Amino acid sequence: MTATEAMVTEQEPPPPPQSGVRAVLAFLRNTWRGLTAMRTALVLLFLLALAALPGALLPQIALNEPKVAQYITDHGWWGRLLNKLQFFSVYGSVWFSAIYVLLFVSLVGCLLPRTVEYARQSFVQPVITPRNLSRLPHHLRAEFDSTADVDDVAVDVRKQLRGWRLRQDVEDSLAGSSINTAGQGATRVVSLSTERGFLRETGNLVFHFALLGLIVAFAVGKMFMYSGQVIVLANGSEFCNSGVLNYDSFTPGLRVDGTRLDPFCVKINDFQAGYLTNGQPDYYNSNIQYQSGEDLVTNTWQPYDLRENAPLRTAGDRVYLLGHGYAPQFTVTFPDGQVRTGLIQWKPDDTSTMLSEGATKFDPPDVTNTSVLVTKQIAITGLFAPSAAYQDGLLTSTYPGLRNPAVSLDIYQGDLGEDAGTGQSIFTIDQSMLANGRLKQVDKANLTPGQTTKLPDGTTVKFDNVQQWVSLQVSHDPTQVYVLVFALFMLGGLIVSLTVKRRRVWVRVSRTPADDDDQGGRTVVEIGGLARTDQAGYGEEFTRLSARLLDAARGRSPGQAATPTGGKDS
Amino acid sequence: MPVNEMLAQNSQHAYVAAVTIYVLSMFFYLAEAAFGRKAEKTAAEPAKALVTSGGATVTGTTVGPDPDAPVNTGTRGNRPLAERLGRMAVALTVLGAAVHLLSIVLRGLAVHRWPLGNMYEFMSFVCLVAVIAWLIMLQRFQIRRLGAFVLIPVFILMFLGGTVLYTQAEPVQPALQSYWLVIHVTVVSTACGVLLVPGVASVLYLIKGAHERNSAMFMRLGPKLPTQATLDRLAYRTTIFGFPLFTFGVICGAIWAESAWGRFWGWDPKETTAFIAWVVYAAYLHSRATAGWRGNRAAIINVLGFAVMIFNLFFINLVTTGLHSYAGVG
Ligand code: HEM
Repeated sequence: MTATEAMVTEQEPPPPPQSGVRAVLAFLRNTWRGLTAMRTALVLLFLLALAALPGALLPQIALNEPKVAQYITDHGWWGRLLNKLQFFSVYGSVWFSAIYVLLFVSLVGCLLPRTVEYARQSFVQPVITPRNLSRLPHHLRAEFDSTADVDDVAVDVRKQLRGWRLRQDVEDSLAGSSINTAGQGATRVVSLSTERGFLRETGNLVFHFALLGLIVAFAVGKMFMYSGQVIVLANGSEFCNSGVLNYDSFTPGLRVDGTRLDPFCVKINDFQAGYLTNGQPDYYNSNIQYQSGEDLVTNTWQPYDLRENAPLRTAGDRVYLLGHGYAPQFTVTFPDGQVRTGLIQWKPDDTSTMLSEGATKFDPPDVTNTSVLVTKQIAITGLFAPSAAYQDGLLTSTYPGLRNPAVSLDIYQGDLGEDAGTGQSIFTIDQSMLANGRLKQVDKANLTPGQTTKLPDGTTVKFDNVQQWVSLQVSHDPTQVYVLVFALFMLGGLIVSLTVKRRRVWVRVSRTPADDDDQGGRTVVEIGGLARTDQAGYGEEFTRLSARLLDAARGRSPGQAATPTGGKDS
Repeated sequence: MPVNEMLAQNSQHAYVAAVTIYVLSMFFYLAEAAFGRKAEKTAAEPAKALVTSGGATVTGTTVGPDPDAPVNTGTRGNRPLAERLGRMAVALTVLGAAVHLLSIVLRGLAVHRWPLGNMYEFMSFVCLVAVIAWLIMLQRFQIRRLGAFVLIPVFILMFLGGTVLYTQAEPVQPALQSYWLVIHVTVVSTACGVLLVPGVASVLYLIKGAHERNSAMFMRLGPKLPTQATLDRLAYRTTIFGFPLFTFGVICGAIWAESAWGRFWGWDPKETTAFIAWVVYAAYLHSRATAGWRGNRAAIINVLGFAVMIFNLFFINLVTTGLHSYAGVG
């Protein structure tokens, strides 16, 4: 049993309360004690593990929102109940936070008294030698002929205990020896009380404090973090971290309003992907340029080779290459001869072949009258295949790289419904416009780069070529380096605490009284050992140490000269 | 680079051979137990000794070797049958581990990468570590008769790994090509393998306890097991090695996730389950310092911890679709 636990669990019950105030105080004191008891910490740890479990088994909003919606519809009332009870955002839920906070309070409440105890113990001497050493788990008693003075024996034994915290006492009368004191003179008894492995406490406290620090750093990080995702064409296009609106999606921490992002810009010059023959990706990389700090003022660009696992770290943010895709480019020539070019990302439906779908939308030029506009808008939708093949006339892709690009298009004309105010997906058209007849399909065509198709009203649509895009994630987490440092301290503290054993050794040296016919009596050395934390493995050490101590004690005694004295290295 | 088919083939043969040798050695352990006496009393209880030498009288408790330390029983000629069987079992286990290691090395050479890229490889590695960890603990504790109990889960895992989870040798995706991955996965699977030993020891602890309370339970098995104290010590000493290793593995994982996925921790199912396992093992260490929780409860917590580790290894990869499901089944 540890000192701490003794402290926490073996307190006397408080006296029965007399007045209301006292009752409240007693209640608070008991609550506090209960909360900071080892047993409570244990139960809370269990609860934490249990509470974290649904997060691994149920879909989570933060990871996959559509999947959560699907789950709720699939499971009816059960899904709705789980949703109400916050089972789809476990780590932000009231109950998870409650356990977390309670454990945190328990940890603080546990650490404060332990730190005080630690400080006190590092100044006080080891405890006094117990009377009866034979009661200890490890015990050894040796008696041998010797005339050596008890104090001299003690000095020799002490020499073997370097590195142990030690106190020496002179015990004048012990039960056994006091019987004989009469007539024989005082029997001198010297005891040594030693202790080793205090470092274990240090490691344990370092571990728990670092844990505290990690929890705080993690929580602070969640408040001040942000992350955003954006798709950028890999044709020299730029992205600047100057505002939330530049992102396609943005997740701020609780204390981030998006007005003060770390300023930097990136320019995506190209993108390459390498594939194995079976289409499995082998590597991605993108040559980019970036500017931050001074460079923004002077407009200088620094080059960077952005890859998987190698984010750009600049201005306190990180930029990751998350994914890629294709953007087919179309040129529309209107009947009046005006030309418009459209280039927007299509999204891969199947990442193993990069068969992609999307919608490239056009407004007719020079039309300001909305009632005319809504009859003339054009949407080019369909499939894009980087390595085209046709199955029953349907376009598919056989490989993710650009071997033989082609598009299979459905072209619509009419009202795209963009002024309806509802945010539209950039990858699809508004199906309700099709249903109510305000948008009509006017053409169907399979094209390869350079080919053209003509719409009924004389407009031509040309598939020019295809470009690549990359999806970037920008992450900002001001405390993550602290989390790492705390984690490393935890690890260090843990290793120290689990490998260092806290143990004690007591030695008592005395002499048997001289008999009438004897010259001097015998020296008695008693050694006791106790491992304070875990007995495992202490037996071996005790055996070795006690043998060494005995040798040292015997080194003085005549007739034992042959015994190697004290110098055994083990 | 293409997969070297010949090496991949040989790796597979070695795998099958290793499983076979393990099974064989399991039978030897069982035979040893069948022919052996009950656990040696003298070694299990603290030795009380009275030694007189050169005019000095020495008495003491636990004088002499650690009660758990293996005792050397006799020399060649006069070893009892059980002893010989036991030694053969250990020799077979060592041989099995060597062939097993060969299988993993060949796999790595065949695919030109660190051989921890899918569940089959992961499982194989975990089992090898478990066997090695057990062989190491065997040097410190008198636990040879437990060999079969360690090899049973190893056999089950390797059997599942070689059949249900088997994945053809192939390279891995770009996100997995990082030395942090190598460190992370290696450390985590090493920890998982090491923690198998205390898991088994704790199950046996519970069995022994049940037998001691009611000798009708586990009548055949109970008497053959080492004392509860030995099993508890075995579990604890292996756990305090496995747990920091696991902690380190999780930290490496966080470092890797930071550079690969844009955040060091995201409550991905795999991460969450690792967190749960970590908390359960922390609870185990706590329980051993809490009055009323030592012994049985601590053993149950330890078993639970290992169950969560295995759950993480299997279930999470197979069922959920987190970022970690890379380690897919082919
Ligand atoms: C927040 C969650 C906690 C975790 C994850 C945790 C984890 C651990 C771990 C892994 C150990 C073993 C390693 C070592 O000895 O340093 C340990 C030991 C210990 N913890 Fe905690 N702890 C937590 C909270 C607490 C609380 C609230 C208390 C106070 C009641 C506490 C008191 C102790 C004590 C006294 C030990 C030493 C046990 C021994 O001597 O073997 N811990 N803890």
